[in-house]
Amino acid sequence: MSIFTMPSLGADMEEGKLVEWLVKPGDNVSKGDIVAVVETQKGAIEIEIFEAGQIGALLAEPGQTLPVGAPLARLGAADVGAPVVALEPAIESPKAVVPPAPAPPPTARPPAPGGAIMASPAARSRAAELGIALEMVAGSGPGGAILLSDVEHHVPVALTPVVEPVAVASPAGKPGLDMAEMRRAIAAAMSRAKREIPHYYLTHAIDLQSAQDRLTAINAGRTPDQRLLLGAFLIHATVKALAKVPELNGRHEGTPYRASGPVHCGVAVAMRGGGLIAPAILDAQDMDPDAIMQAMRDIVVRTRTGRLRNSEITQGTITVSSLGETGVDALIGVIYPPQVALVGFGAPRVRPMVHDGTIQPRLAVTVSLADHRVSDGRRGAIFLAEIDRLLQEPAIP
Amino acid sequence: MTPADLRAAFIADLTAIAPDLDPAAIGDNDHLQDDLGLDSMDFLNLVSALHKRFGLPIPEADYPRLATPEKAVAYLAQMLAT
Repeated sequence: MSIFTMPSLGADMEEGKLVEWLVKPGDNVSKGDIVAVVETQKGAIEIEIFEAGQIGALLAEPGQTLPVGAPLARLGAADVGAPVVALEPAIESPKAVVPPAPAPPPTARPPAPGGAIMASPAARSRAAELGIALEMVAGSGPGGAILLSDVEHHVPVALTPVVEPVAVASPAGKPGLDMAEMRRAIAAAMSRAKREIPHYYLTHAIDLQSAQDRLTAINAGRTPDQRLLLGAFLIHATVKALAKVPELNGRHEGTPYRASGPVHCGVAVAMRGGGLIAPAILDAQDMDPDAIMQAMRDIVVRTRTGRLRNSEITQGTITVSSLGETGVDALIGVIYPPQVALVGFGAPRVRPMVHDGTIQPRLAVTVSLADHRVSDGRRGAIFLAEIDRLLQEPAIP
Repeated sequence: MTPADLRAAFIADLTAIAPDLDPAAIGDNDHLQDDLGLDSMDFLNLVSALHKRFGLPIPEADYPRLATPEKAVAYLAQMLAT
């Protein structure tokens, strides 16, 4: 028997709202099955289960907002001597919370094991930033743990960050997506990246003309639903180039840092109406450009109009951000923690390039790399040069 | 199909790809990329939907002829008539 809990869908996630169950008690589930939908700042996310078994009981109701780690369902029979797990009371959405009464004295909180104060990492970090002693904060999380919202609400009114209402002039985004919340989440992740990650930047101009010519020839013989975009070539080359500089692919979570074997390539997808989500194409290392294109189509459509799965937003090992056809020359990005590299492509444009000894108008793109603790500029340069080399070769026979 | 039918079909496929667009607010001369904010993936999905609906090949070389609703309706009418 085991308990399926509210998953963390990002370092800054404190809680999620259960929107829908896709299973009922008695259903058999396999690893990877989608069992529920949870609403976060990234929109509604499909939650996969990572264990096989039979759903014993559902412990949370749709509509409840629950902290990360709160039990959602019991897997397996209840009568095997396992401890009864009480459902944590749902906490209210931060928007609805009235600033709490003055914090109770420290002794009012149940003592945590070892006498330490239980608090989420985000709450600790925010409390440190604001100079608030955790002893002074009342916790509303499981077992009285202090959550980020508790710290935020402890802040004197004058210091409380005010979320400005989004100007109505911008077009509406995806239905059900709170653009102000998404902006807050992006700000939090990027602030963390710039605070903790020593970025260095490399840029390189790549001649894309032969890749574009190959693409045009390939697409001429295909119906629209089978056509490729240049972006599929760019992502394909990026993923393949990691084989030469594998340390750039990974998540900097433990010490020592270990690079990831599989490449879960995040693709920054701009939301219509503003904001950005970077879901990952899982196991991209073995994909040819056609498979990359199919995965991109699927993930872009689901990011904008459908639902992503939790594995896609929590397991990325590198991110590619591309400005597309109508952008500007170069994109110098910020690493998405805990990843260690961000590859940015500007808009491909026709530029004067030296080709076969003469200056010719050629389609070109500037690629950039932002990178930090796990490599130096020389390794990063090898990586960008390898992307360039791969783009000069036919990726599709 | 009349031009009005073609336009309705085009707008239906367009708003399926960009559900936040208000069909009533789309102008005949709105540029799909510059005014309505479609990116290359959105545009390819739109071309795919039109291909499926009308059975037309719509080669890449013809993409500029789909730049606005007005141009697209004229293009579709011409291609369907031949």
